[in-house]
Amino acid sequence: MTDAVFANQPPVLSAPRRLRLPNRRRAFALALGGALLLAAVVVAGLMAGPAAQATDFAAKSLPPSLSHPFGTDWMGRDMLLRTLAGLSTSVLVGLMAAVASSLIALALAAAAALGPRWADHAVSWLIDLMMGIPHIVLLILISYALGKGFWGVTIGVALTHWPSLARILRAEILQCASSDFVAAAARLGAGRLAISARHMVPYVLPQFVVGLVLLFPHAILHEAAITFLGFGLPPEMPAIGIILSEAMGYLSAGLWWLAVFPGLALVVCVMLFDVVGTSLRKLVDPAYAQE
Amino acid sequence: MARYVVSQLGRFLLLMVAVAVVTFALVSLSPVDPLQANVGQAALMSMSEEKRAALAAYWGADTPMLERFLAWAGDLLHGDLGMSLRYNAPVAEVIASRAANSLALMGVAWVASGVLGFVLGVAAALREGRLLDRFVRGYCFVLAASPTFWVGLLLLIVFSVWLGWFPLGFSVPVGVAAADVTFADALHHMALPAITLSVVGVANVALHTRAKAIDVLNSDYVRFARARGLTRREALIRHGLRNLALPAITLQFSQIAEIFGGSVLVEEVFSYPGLGQAAVTAGLGGDVALLAGIALVSAALVFAGNLAANLIYGLVDPRMRPVRRQKEVADD
Repeated sequence: MTDAVFANQPPVLSAPRRLRLPNRRRAFALALGGALLLAAVVVAGLMAGPAAQATDFAAKSLPPSLSHPFGTDWMGRDMLLRTLAGLSTSVLVGLMAAVASSLIALALAAAAALGPRWADHAVSWLIDLMMGIPHIVLLILISYALGKGFWGVTIGVALTHWPSLARILRAEILQCASSDFVAAAARLGAGRLAISARHMVPYVLPQFVVGLVLLFPHAILHEAAITFLGFGLPPEMPAIGIILSEAMGYLSAGLWWLAVFPGLALVVCVMLFDVVGTSLRKLVDPAYAQE
Repeated sequence: MARYVVSQLGRFLLLMVAVAVVTFALVSLSPVDPLQANVGQAALMSMSEEKRAALAAYWGADTPMLERFLAWAGDLLHGDLGMSLRYNAPVAEVIASRAANSLALMGVAWVASGVLGFVLGVAAALREGRLLDRFVRGYCFVLAASPTFWVGLLLLIVFSVWLGWFPLGFSVPVGVAAADVTFADALHHMALPAITLSVVGVANVALHTRAKAIDVLNSDYVRFARARGLTRREALIRHGLRNLALPAITLQFSQIAEIFGGSVLVEEVFSYPGLGQAAVTAGLGGDVALLAGIALVSAALVFAGNLAANLIYGLVDPRMRPVRRQKEVADD
């Protein structure tokens, strides 16, 4: 039976030996490269800030060309510079929101796993409640409550994105707390603080970091979405959502490059974050090491 | 069964109360001045002091928060959601007229993305590691990273602006009396938003089904079926699909929150008059009653989706039924 069955399976190692890279080294290179690329985008965007606002009415609504790779808009602003500036704004807002959100997740997960029973019930009920309202509706409500603008989005995204990470962390902490090595440490007379510092933190930290990085893509996409709807960042801040919602009015006039390239750049950025996150997970989580 | 119904009903009521409290608190927190939002800045400036006070009293802008909440919640229990400022009609009416549009859009997208995702997932699993599999995985990866509204804009550029196949927006032709709008017109206007929503919604179901189908293909019963002479494809269709369909259906039901969120964005891009667009208008225009009403409706919708997922699981999968029923079967 062997030949017929295995003929349909893909060969186990199809790449020639010289093309094969050690899995861990490859994951490390991907994570590092992705992170550096994102940092470069943010720096370039911050440097391009003032130039991105410069208008040139002699060169308005130009399609993509060598001097303006992304074209120019109806005010003669260079779209490449605007996109870079927009990306850096979006990435920074997403970064802030994701960090805040993951800290909320960590605090609630710790309270649920280590606190009294009612705390556990309260946290899981809160998670259910947050997941029971569509994110976008909740974001609209929160940003309305905070009077829109920069803080509206950042706090909104931070307050809505913690539940899934909180669930994972709670399970992690519970598993660690009931493990043999923690029980042994307790029997040996280690205090709660010492156990937390010596055993819990190293156990949970990798999951936390990976979860944090994998939160970025969601945070950035939701920031862009809510800004696009008009609740997020003010028009003076060149975020990707602003660029796209402004471009919407010029689509029927045929200015397609206003929408295509900024959006594409955002997609690439989000995918980079995802690559960094999954590579990092491969490095720190044995369950994913072989993927 | 009765206990299950009661407990689910209790959970639903608790959720609704919580959503109502949270929504009301958030809306009341807003620094938006109700008077200015309602009459507009220019009109407010030109009003006399007494007139402003009279209006403030009329809208109850100075009543304490708890009192306002109790009044609103009391009306809510009677089924009165209040008056919408932007649409100048009862909130329940606005929601009802727009929910028809939205539910049609979301329903089509929900079914289409589920079926497409399932088929793609199974096909990718059958050709694991080959070109088709790589294509499906790449597609899902890119789509998961794409903002829904951007995909909508791209489709709008290609199919409406360049090719002219579909209209640029709205749910019916412009300048045609409501009675003259044909079903075909409505379908024509709904097509592009629905396609956008389906194309984006595929990723989750496809990847999940692919992973499950690969598990099934490596299982003992498929190996036995192969030993009997069936091909991989036949074995999967005859023995695997039932096991695969169930998690896919439940997953799709729990995706309703995502689809609702996507429909808000898609409706905004295509100027499609549904619930999502109403929510955006309400939020930007300070229409508090409508915003709260839509939040409640969306939460109820998501809850219904999750409940349906649980019920279908019990209906289709004998292992998930309450224990007593199983015992009866065993006693027979």
